[in-house]
Amino acid sequence: MSLDPKIPAGPLDQKWTHFKNHAKLISPANKRKFKILIVGSGLAGGAAAATLGEQGFNIECFCYQDSPRRAHSIAAQGGINAAKNYQNDGDSVYRLFYDTIKGGDFRSREANVYRLAEVSTSIIDQCVAQGVPFAREYGGLLANRSFGGAQVSRTFYARGQTGQQLLLGTYQALSAQVAAGSVKMFPRTEMLDLVLVDGHAKGIVVRDMVTGEIRSHAGDAVLLCTGGYGNVFYLSTNAKGCNVSATYRAYKRGALFANPCYTQIHPTCIPVSGEYQSKLTLMSESLRNDGRVWAPKRKEDAGKLPQEIPEEARDYFLERKYPSYGNLAPRDISSRSAKEACDEGRGVGPGGLGVYLDFADSINRLTRPVIEERYSNLFEMYENITGENAYERPMRIYPAVHYTMGGLWVDYNLMSNIPGLHVLGEANFSDHGANRLGASALMQGLADGYFVIPYTIGEYLSTQFGKPRPQTTDAAFQQTEREVRGRVQQLLDIKGSRTVDSFHRELGLLIWDKCGMARDRAGLESAIQRIPQLREEFWKTVSVLGKGETFNQSLEKAGRVADFLEFGELMCRDALDREESCGGHFRTEYQTPDGEAVRDDANYHFVSAWRHEGDNVPPTRLKEPLAYEHVKLATRSYK
Amino acid sequence: MNFTLRVWRQNGPAEPGRFEEYPALDIPADASFLEMLDIVNEGLIHKGVEPVQFDHDCREGICGTCSLTIDGVPHGPGRGTTCQLYMRKFQDRDVITIEPFRAAPFPVVRDLAVDRRAFDRIIQSGGFISERTGSAPDANATPIPKPTADFAMDAAACIGCAACAAACPNSSAMLFVSAKIGHLGLLPQGIAEKNRRVLNLVRTMDEEGFGNCSNYYACEAVCPAGIPASFIARMNREYTAASVKEAIGATL
Repeated sequence: MSLDPKIPAGPLDQKWTHFKNHAKLISPANKRKFKILIVGSGLAGGAAAATLGEQGFNIECFCYQDSPRRAHSIAAQGGINAAKNYQNDGDSVYRLFYDTIKGGDFRSREANVYRLAEVSTSIIDQCVAQGVPFAREYGGLLANRSFGGAQVSRTFYARGQTGQQLLLGTYQALSAQVAAGSVKMFPRTEMLDLVLVDGHAKGIVVRDMVTGEIRSHAGDAVLLCTGGYGNVFYLSTNAKGCNVSATYRAYKRGALFANPCYTQIHPTCIPVSGEYQSKLTLMSESLRNDGRVWAPKRKEDAGKLPQEIPEEARDYFLERKYPSYGNLAPRDISSRSAKEACDEGRGVGPGGLGVYLDFADSINRLTRPVIEERYSNLFEMYENITGENAYERPMRIYPAVHYTMGGLWVDYNLMSNIPGLHVLGEANFSDHGANRLGASALMQGLADGYFVIPYTIGEYLSTQFGKPRPQTTDAAFQQTEREVRGRVQQLLDIKGSRTVDSFHRELGLLIWDKCGMARDRAGLESAIQRIPQLREEFWKTVSVLGKGETFNQSLEKAGRVADFLEFGELMCRDALDREESCGGHFRTEYQTPDGEAVRDDANYHFVSAWRHEGDNVPPTRLKEPLAYEHVKLATRSYK
Repeated sequence: MNFTLRVWRQNGPAEPGRFEEYPALDIPADASFLEMLDIVNEGLIHKGVEPVQFDHDCREGICGTCSLTIDGVPHGPGRGTTCQLYMRKFQDRDVITIEPFRAAPFPVVRDLAVDRRAFDRIIQSGGFISERTGSAPDANATPIPKPTADFAMDAAACIGCAACAAACPNSSAMLFVSAKIGHLGLLPQGIAEKNRRVLNLVRTMDEEGFGNCSNYYACEAVCPAGIPASFIARMNREYTAASVKEAIGATL
């Protein structure tokens, strides 16, 4: 099977324009005839539902939350990138493109990234028109801040709640379409399987989380906008409900899963404080604009209070190692540096798993009110969780799982290898390569939803004229429903003694240990041995109380954890297969003497796309070679 | 720390509810309130008792999903959401009463989870700026003074958790509605639909069964996003003006 990314011909900077000029259009009369199923209501799903609904398609949109306004896009704090060059600091579409490719360690697809940078400017216009209250300067123009991996200020923000404001903009646009009747919204509804009819994605099986009803929905195309899989680690900055089930179910139906080992560990999170902990809280990367990261130079100082450690005994390790980017080094590099300091015994706080993020210099330089204006909500959040005042003593931070660059394989049109199945936002793999730059997740979610899929979906739909939409009474739907019901019943019938959470915790610790910030062959092989055992234990001894026909949160969790127990193995297999270090994927066997990642472009300059071959059978890895026409591969240096 | 929990349990919207008492033992002071409930639920599962069902998601205070009334106060003591409440706020051996958000327009789904779709229907009735994707002018084409943008942001910070309506003796949703009216009405982009927006939102709010404001300000006291009740006054002014225009047949 060859993977055709369907990249349009022509020079890089004209591909998208050329594509739009020649894209297949669907007339208003025909749009009305098509129904599109959209799973997920975050930035990607909400924006796609609102825009496609506005264009005249019939949309059904599903989310597991009680309202589309609660999708986890809401939790993004720092900002959204766009090549507006409002600061006149030399930014351009090309620079945003190049920074993103380089940030992704040359493992993303050129044409997709260029398009992302190109449409970034329209996103800001769109959001302002919707009433997103971005930060402004006194003259009334939009303000910008800097983010990691960039030497220009191109990040737009709304206090520390940029994701919330962008999502509310999307939610409001979606609400307008619900009112107009073009979008039908199904909250508290979880997709449990994908339905294929003659090899095309034509429906989904869902569970109504309130009544427990399992039913099908049929459509002419399916869009998965279901986010990432960070919760495979149990502890992450994701919301508790975030899960891999929609994309993993699609994978089991034949969709290829690309680069699952590319996971992002965010450098600035509040450290873990105990076993009971249910999630990790991010402190926005924007804090690194004004905070300096340091650890004690000597191990012996690690137990001391920060004020007892004099300036000369502090190691500002990012400034030392990466003088040109300093505290704004990209996330993967910053995270690994913090881990190294802790591994050397120089970590601070409980368990020695923390480094300092110090605002003292900025408070002296800018005054405390300026720092409050920029970050007060983050400082309050930090104090609430840790009981410490970060205006008076440095924050303690440690890396935590935050984002997953891998996802279902898609072509330039955002369609997977299954005809009709499109994948948007964090759920796909295409734009961030092996590492995502800060403030680029919001950009990609909205780009995919507002500006890409409304143009590209016609390529598929125009092949479906005159083909009757399958009915949910058709055999393919009935068969898939039966399988879903069987699986739900199986979970309820085990009646074991171990809780779902305890399995999830054990899996998470294992993956963090063997497939986290640093990976090696032996560790990955041991995880690939252990995960199937854990899975077997799960299916024998898990306890899921209650019934299927009610609101039952244990049952919801059990289904998601069952999928993580399979997906975790796939992740480790991908990490084992990729014998190089790049971005968030750091194999300890492949590093320079001073600990920098060593890529192997000769052998690994490709996308790994995994095909499911059956339960408990190793998957097959397919390759999409990354043909770079424009960018010259270079060692990624932030020194 | 050790606590005694009195927890509201209810199998469904039409079923009668009751309080059940559960011990919460050996709880770390640094655990969040929801983590305390996780620990209690793990214990219940081991005893074969179905765990307490409660809504939660981001657990960092922004998604607005968590919705517990703790000792009679939506989100409990402190100014944040339930998920941002830490057990160190309580005293050892406290008896803690946990109920769902209580308001007639929010029927109980199960135990502590309620149905807040009424808030979505309010927004659908006009809580947006009509704008076609791709048709927007350049973002810097209309300068917005920083104080105006900041003021709009104060209102836009609403997380839609519904604590305001749950705290109000009249189950009024006016803080929620006025925050949206304030956010969109303050911005130049939102002015074109200002009058119709306030009329539609207020009418939908009434139809959904939310009561009127009688100036208790319980909403403001529990709001995790710190939305000031003065936005209600702003909304009332806008509503009066729009109603008069409507009554005399002026263009809305």
